[in-house]
Amino acid sequence: MPNKVAITGMGIISSIGNNVEVNFHALINGTTGITKTDYLNTIHKDTLKFGEVKLSNQQLESKLELPTDHRFPRTSLLGAYAAVQAVESAGIKNMNEVPTGLISSTSVGGMDKTEEYFYEYFDNEAIRRFILSHDAGETSHQIADYLGIKGLVTTVSTACSSAANAIMMGARLIKAGKLERVIVGGADALSIFTVNGFNSLMILTDDVNTPFDDNRKGLNLGEAAAYIVLESESQVKKNNKKVLAYLSGYGNANDAFHQTASSENGEGATLAMQKAFKISGLKISEIDYINAHGTATPNNDLSEGRAIQNVFGKNVPVFSSTKPFTGHTLAAAASVEAVYSILALQHNIVFPNKNFKTPMEELDLIPQTSLLEKPVHHVLSNSFGFGGNCSTLIFSKS
Amino acid sequence: MKKCYINGIGCISAQKTFDGGFLDEVEVNTTEVIISAKNPDYKAFISPGAIRRMAKGVKMGIAASQYALKEAGVVNPDAIITGTGMGCLQDSEKFLKAIIDNQEQYLTPTSFIQSTHNTVGAQIALNLQCKGYNFTYVNGAISFESALLDALLQIETGETSTILAGGVDETSGHTLSLYELIGLIKKKDQGPFDVLDPKTPGAVFSEGAGFFVLESQKKSTTYATLEAVGIYNTLRQNEVASFIENFLTTNNLKPHDIDVVVLGNNGDVAFDGYYNEAEMLFPNTPLVYYKHLSGEYNTATSFGLWTALHILKKQEIPQILQKNQLTKQPINRVLLYNQYRGKDHSLTLLNHADL
Amino acid sequence: MENLKHELKTKIIEALNLEDIAIEDINDDDPLFGDGLGLDSIDALELIVLMDKDYGIKLTDPKEGKTIFQSINTMAAYITEHRSK
Repeated sequence: MPNKVAITGMGIISSIGNNVEVNFHALINGTTGITKTDYLNTIHKDTLKFGEVKLSNQQLESKLELPTDHRFPRTSLLGAYAAVQAVESAGIKNMNEVPTGLISSTSVGGMDKTEEYFYEYFDNEAIRRFILSHDAGETSHQIADYLGIKGLVTTVSTACSSAANAIMMGARLIKAGKLERVIVGGADALSIFTVNGFNSLMILTDDVNTPFDDNRKGLNLGEAAAYIVLESESQVKKNNKKVLAYLSGYGNANDAFHQTASSENGEGATLAMQKAFKISGLKISEIDYINAHGTATPNNDLSEGRAIQNVFGKNVPVFSSTKPFTGHTLAAAASVEAVYSILALQHNIVFPNKNFKTPMEELDLIPQTSLLEKPVHHVLSNSFGFGGNCSTLIFSKS
Repeated sequence: MKKCYINGIGCISAQKTFDGGFLDEVEVNTTEVIISAKNPDYKAFISPGAIRRMAKGVKMGIAASQYALKEAGVVNPDAIITGTGMGCLQDSEKFLKAIIDNQEQYLTPTSFIQSTHNTVGAQIALNLQCKGYNFTYVNGAISFESALLDALLQIETGETSTILAGGVDETSGHTLSLYELIGLIKKKDQGPFDVLDPKTPGAVFSEGAGFFVLESQKKSTTYATLEAVGIYNTLRQNEVASFIENFLTTNNLKPHDIDVVVLGNNGDVAFDGYYNEAEMLFPNTPLVYYKHLSGEYNTATSFGLWTALHILKKQEIPQILQKNQLTKQPINRVLLYNQYRGKDHSLTLLNHADL
Repeated sequence: MENLKHELKTKIIEALNLEDIAIEDINDDDPLFGDGLGLDSIDALELIVLMDKDYGIKLTDPKEGKTIFQSINTMAAYITEHRSK
């Protein structure tokens, strides 16, 4: 694995738990987090289900000990909460002792505030500080400031593949010697904007999501934040750091087919996986588990299924989508699933693809539906976003 | 490490920058607070079926990228990397307004689909059928530099040999009226506006797209080589000098090695002091400014890069861009510095193509 | 029915931003999707909203649109039968 980069820390908050341990226990106990919304003021609150983090903004603010005049939108609250865990888990005490950066990702940014205060801004001066919190970059700045990072901070926003791309860019900066450490991942909060956006595309289910099932009707939206810490080889050696896992491969390609739909033959996804293999130097047969994008939309699962078959032929490894647990957390999805991939490697366990009943007519593919204990050395994780953005990450045991 | 040559450029802006010339016709604004970009004929670049859904940013991005690709003689790049500070604002606002005004009913998907931040990059890829690497960075005033840094790393390591990289931002009614509310934009009655002699806070806002073809191969169209890109999240004014010096030292240079410095002064009295700090390192160096022509937007540094590349190619600085009256021959090394409201500091280093 | 067809053509041109197309350019029998007018799946979703908003017809499965939106004729026929507005 010539291009591997060490992962020394991770943190997560999702609808199935506020930290890594609680998420892990939910995954092995089959406890999903798809429920009615407690916080979203939408007309769809009684018809749709969400992967909602069961902490209000006030509760998150209080846990983060933010001053009353803060301007963190919900995405920043979730992001800071998870990023702090990652930094602590990596044992980082002095943030800027070596060049350390943050590459975050988001699609929502501060949209929850923008939609809440759309007209009210004009009449109410007290809330105007949130105007500056709208854009994606601002949430990254807020998280970086909260962590005390001084240096390279940037944000990727490529819809549902965002966090995978943030992770990839972080790895490349480490390998190029531009940074010694980088915190990478993503955060997205639920918002009326996204709920209605996805609803207008008619790809939301009014039930629970059923990835790779022939009768799948669409996705459940979710919210989450997850970050991992990547460190250079010299940092790991110098500080005798415990390596949780390695990022050994990555690839990004574009489907160039349609603004929102994936191509029927999964070309972009196929290319992304092939690129990831090339970087990793691994053989196809060495993958023990695929954590699929598996959103349960008719389009994605067929396209991804075809792509998996294109790459693996008749030897498709065990695969599952964990979105029945968390919902589709958009920009954060790839980092949530990075954490789950690392857990799979650490515990030699494959998480189940819940809610599955009937195999897809078109493909000969059946996901892993029960928890499976088996040696896991390499995990392949897919994340595909609007705009044909296809990303694959490969994680390997340390 | 491979060298990174900039072989094609395309620029849409408040000036007529898309016809291949270099500021032959210039309009200096001193009275408006929001300026729209001048438009080429977009129908020459985009099919009617696609153009009907596109807001201005996407159209500007596609057109600018086409100019750049044509100049570089590239049909299909290996990668497309875009930076945008605010993304597809017009469609975002349209969808959001529809949600609020119609209480979440009768919502049509087009503006939602077009509002995702990576729409410009995606549409360029779709147009070209480019299946390569495609990233979009959205981080305020270093969105474009993030794209440049990513491209530079890929060319230097030999990972990729031809990359289209660019920055784009569009104006949009609702957001800019909010910006006016909190003083990010000049107040109309505070004119005339002089970027070099700021008396009031805020800046004149505009929009534009600047796209560049970066390759590992030198060509007859080469403008310059991209040597280094530095990004820093936040600095106090008294930290600017060491930020610049450290960047130059990393590149084995001292301030006196730089022949022209391009600064992002935008006429905001509260923050242009950062540029004064930078200038103190270069007392004998020609200084260039450009936001009196481009206006301010998160990716306005792509316009700055466009001017820097022309300066390197033509070996002269047009009077309209001169911040001090110093000149230098030859012009071999150009440094660009930008920041926005004390954050998103960037340094970009260019060398003459033959250096 | 002729009024409805005329009305539909106007609404479609407006909703889908078909700037270069005039009402006279759309024949009642022309395929709207694929060849003909060249509309795509996003346009189908737009038309579904139009059916709901202007004619009170709710389609829950986007695939239903394939048959209904085949041409102005099929659209007009469906709307005449199912409209509640």
